Formats: sequence, C-alpha cells, structure tokens
Amino acid sequence: MIYLLLPAAAFFGAFFLLPMCRLFLVGGSGTRGWSAYTAILTDPVYFNALLATLGVAAATTVATLLISAIAGVFLQRHRFPGNALLVSMLTLPLAFPGVVIGFMVIMLAGRQGLIGALTQALGGDKWVFAYSLGGLFMGYVYFSVPRTILTVMSATEKLDHRLEEAARSLGASTWRVVLDVILPGLKPAFISAGAICFATAVGAFGTAFTLAARINVLPMVIYTEFTLSANIAMAAALSFVLGAVTWLVLALARTAAGSTVAAAG
Amino acid sequence: MRSHKMLFGLQLGFTLAVCAFLIVPVVLSILAGLTSNYFVGLESGLTLRWVFEVWDGYRDTIFRSIGISLACLLVTLVLGVPTAYVLTRSGSRLSRVVEELLMLPIAVPGLATALALISAYGGMGSFRTSWTFILVGHVLFTLPFMVRSVLAVLASIDLKTLEEGAASLGAGFRQRFFDIVLPNCRNGILAGSLMVVTLSIGEFNLTWLLHTPLTKTLPVGLADAYASLRLEIGSAYTLIFLLMIVPLLLALQAIARPRRKRFIRDDPVPEST
Repeated sequence: MIYLLLPAAAFFGAFFLLPMCRLFLVGGSGTRGWSAYTAILTDPVYFNALLATLGVAAATTVATLLISAIAGVFLQRHRFPGNALLVSMLTLPLAFPGVVIGFMVIMLAGRQGLIGALTQALGGDKWVFAYSLGGLFMGYVYFSVPRTILTVMSATEKLDHRLEEAARSLGASTWRVVLDVILPGLKPAFISAGAICFATAVGAFGTAFTLAARINVLPMVIYTEFTLSANIAMAAALSFVLGAVTWLVLALARTAAGSTVAAAG
Repeated sequence: MRSHKMLFGLQLGFTLAVCAFLIVPVVLSILAGLTSNYFVGLESGLTLRWVFEVWDGYRDTIFRSIGISLACLLVTLVLGVPTAYVLTRSGSRLSRVVEELLMLPIAVPGLATALALISAYGGMGSFRTSWTFILVGHVLFTLPFMVRSVLAVLASIDLKTLEEGAASLGAGFRQRFFDIVLPNCRNGILAGSLMVVTLSIGEFNLTWLLHTPLTKTLPVGLADAYASLRLEIGSAYTLIFLLMIVPLLLALQAIARPRRKRFIRDDPVPEST
C-alpha cells in the first residue's frame, strides 16, 4: 500500500526538499558567506525590516482575533433572519489573493479611496494611508478575518452550553461568563487561528507588493534583494530564515493547541 | 432584559461594520470597473469599455490561469487522493511525519518556495520558461489542501470496516479503492478540488517570481494593471477575476454547510480549513 505514496513523495522530494536544500546552500554562497544567515540580526537594514514585519504581524493578529471573536461568537450564538447571509458575506473574501486585497485597501484608503473622500467631505484632511504600514495592517486584517471567523464559529459550536448555564445559575454576570467560561473554551482555537494569522502576515508578499515597494517588510526586502540588487545569496538566506520563522510559529501553536495548524495565502 | 437587547444590538452593529469593511471595497471596485470616470463619479455614466480593454489586453492571462488551475487540479488529484488514503490507513508515526512534511509548503512563505525552485531549476532554460514551472509551484502550494480535505472525510468514516467487508466478499484492492474508497470521500474530493482551483487561479506569491513575460497568469496581470494602468482598468480586471472566483467560493460555502452523516466513527474530527 505504501507504494501509493511514491508519486507524491517523488514530486515533493524533487520540487520541495531538494530545492530547499539548494536554497540553504545558495544562502551561504554570497559575499558574506554563512554569516548571511545572521545578517538579519546584525545588519540594521534587515533587522529593522524584521522588527517592522513582526510588529505588523503582531498587530494584525491581535486585531483579527478581537474582531473575529466578537463577530464569530455572536453569529454562532444568535439565530436571526439574515444570519446566513451575513456569514456568507463575511467569508466571501476567504480566498482573495494578496494582490486583490491590496487593491481593496486602495479602494478604501488610497488616493481616490472612500475614507479619504469621507474625511474630506466631513471637513477634515484627506486621509490616505493605503501606501504605508497602516495600509498593510488593514490588508492583513482583511485577509485574516474571514478564516478566523470560521474557526471561532466552529469552536463556539463545540462549547458546552451547560458550563455557561452552571456559571449563570451560580450568579455570574455576562462578563464573568465571557471571561471565565467562553474565552478559556475558545483558547485552542485562538492559538491556532492566531498563529496562522501571524505566520501569513509575516510571509505575505502580494498585498505589500500592490500597495508600495517602499513598505519595508521582510518579504519586500527579499524581493528587492533578488530583483534590483541581484543579491541572490542574501535573498536566499533571508527567505530561508523567514520560512523557518513561520514554520516554527505554526509548529509551536500546534503543540500548544493540539490540532493541525497551517498558514494559507 | 433591556441590557440584553442593548448587548445584542451592539454586537449586531459591530458585526455589520466588519461586514461593511469586507464588502464595501468589493462593491466600490466593481462600480469603478464599470464607471466611465471614477474620479468624476457615477454621473460620468456606466460603461463596459474598461472590461473590453482588459479582455483585449489580458485575455491570454485569463485562459492561462484557467489552464494551469485545471492541470493543477489533475495533478493534485492523482498525487493527493492516494496520499490521503495511505495516511488514513497506515496511521503510523511515519504517516505523521509525511503529513507534517506535506504541509510545509503552506507553512513556508511562497516567496521562499519560489526562490528555492529558481535556485534549483532556474538553469534549466526550457523548464524555467514554460508554464509547467508555475504549475509545479501551484501543485506544491495546493496539494496540502487536497490531502487535508480528503483526509478529513476519510477520518470521519470507518474505512477499515468497509474495506474488510468488501474484501471478505472477494473485492480486490483495485476494486475496493475505486468502488469503496473513492465514492466515500466524494465530498472531500469535491471540496478539495474547488479549493485547489480557487487557490491556483488566485496564486500570486509564488507565481510572481516563477513567471516569465510569456507566462503571465491572471494575478500577475492584475499586479501589472494595478501598478501601471488607471484605476478603472484595474477595477475592471478585478471584476473579471471576481466573476471567475466568486462562483467557486459560493460553491465551497454550499458544500461546507450541510453535513450529512454517513458511516460515522465515534470521535468527530474537527474541520480544518
């Protein structure tokens, strides 16, 4: 039976494992030698990009979890006319690619965007923040909210109602029930969804690419090293480190949450 | 009771705001793609001019993306379904390792995978410049989704008993695989297929580095249009993309909803999306 695995194993070995080993070797073949792998910490340019990347990813994760927790629990707990429509609208952007999401951010916060037009109409300055870290943050939240809401909803469905009823009958207020019963019950879902969110935001490229080449996050730095500077060794080393970071985040979350966790997009 | 009503209202308001955040830009982009001059507004009139302009300029990217996504589907079916079957049946330590490895391409950023492919095969000119180079990247990225989708269904049915029953009646392996296994994981295959095609059509992170000027896909064309053409054309292009991808997404939602119970084992397996 195991021979059924052979085609997939051959494909995977030839087109993923082998190229990854090659990437690792290329990373050490540049002018910096193997120290290219530590340059991300020692070279201020790369280190600052790393900090910006991790910062945006962390902010995205917190915002996405907050938004999805409120909306997801609400949609799962309350059945009202239009509920199904809301859910399907909220999960529609699920598989939008990063480039398209970048364009959605431009429609909202770009030079001809809605937010700029509204703030101007209200007599204020024209708000345009699409082409900065703020726009990137907005794009990543846009990308992550649909899938996180789905995760929160299916985790809420599995919560034991009786625990909440018990807490209420013992006199707990709504807030206490939320803090002491619902949130701890959803913790595994938060950990795995949060990790996916974080890893995707660290590694995503399309959104940043659409918004501006000037946004200094790691995937953009890697791309510039590769194309403009033709510094292939540095690009290889940085992307290898980036891949290791996202893999590690997901692996840690999987150990903590005990379920399959993987990034998408 | 009043505070309950208020809480409900607040949560509903919040959820509607999130919904607006996700949907309003989509609507704006559709409108912009159909408006003569978005800067002037809807008063400038509706037109299909931009859609036709995109069709003339970028038709090839649309057909190439459809072609690649179907080829990708075929390869992921051939590679993924048997893999999911073996992973379910063996259930050993080895299968945990295999599963872990297979998921790597979605844990690792597409940029890294693309650079790895280029560093290994960039020198093979005819392969590097053909559309199959992009196909390889898409298969790497979408295979985990097919495997997981089929795995989720297979894990929820008692395949071992079914197969033993068939085997005791004299069915050989080939017959069991095609008459028992495949029909039972039909829904998983369908969901996986829709996911694979949707993701392949929209894939950008890998494709941007893997493509050549002669092998541009739809998202690559989109990035081009966003960067260099007027907003209306970018929007019209996005509109065409949405027309292709939204039916797939709606179909995915539709098959995810009804969960028919069949030959179900005791422990439910959490859905993994």
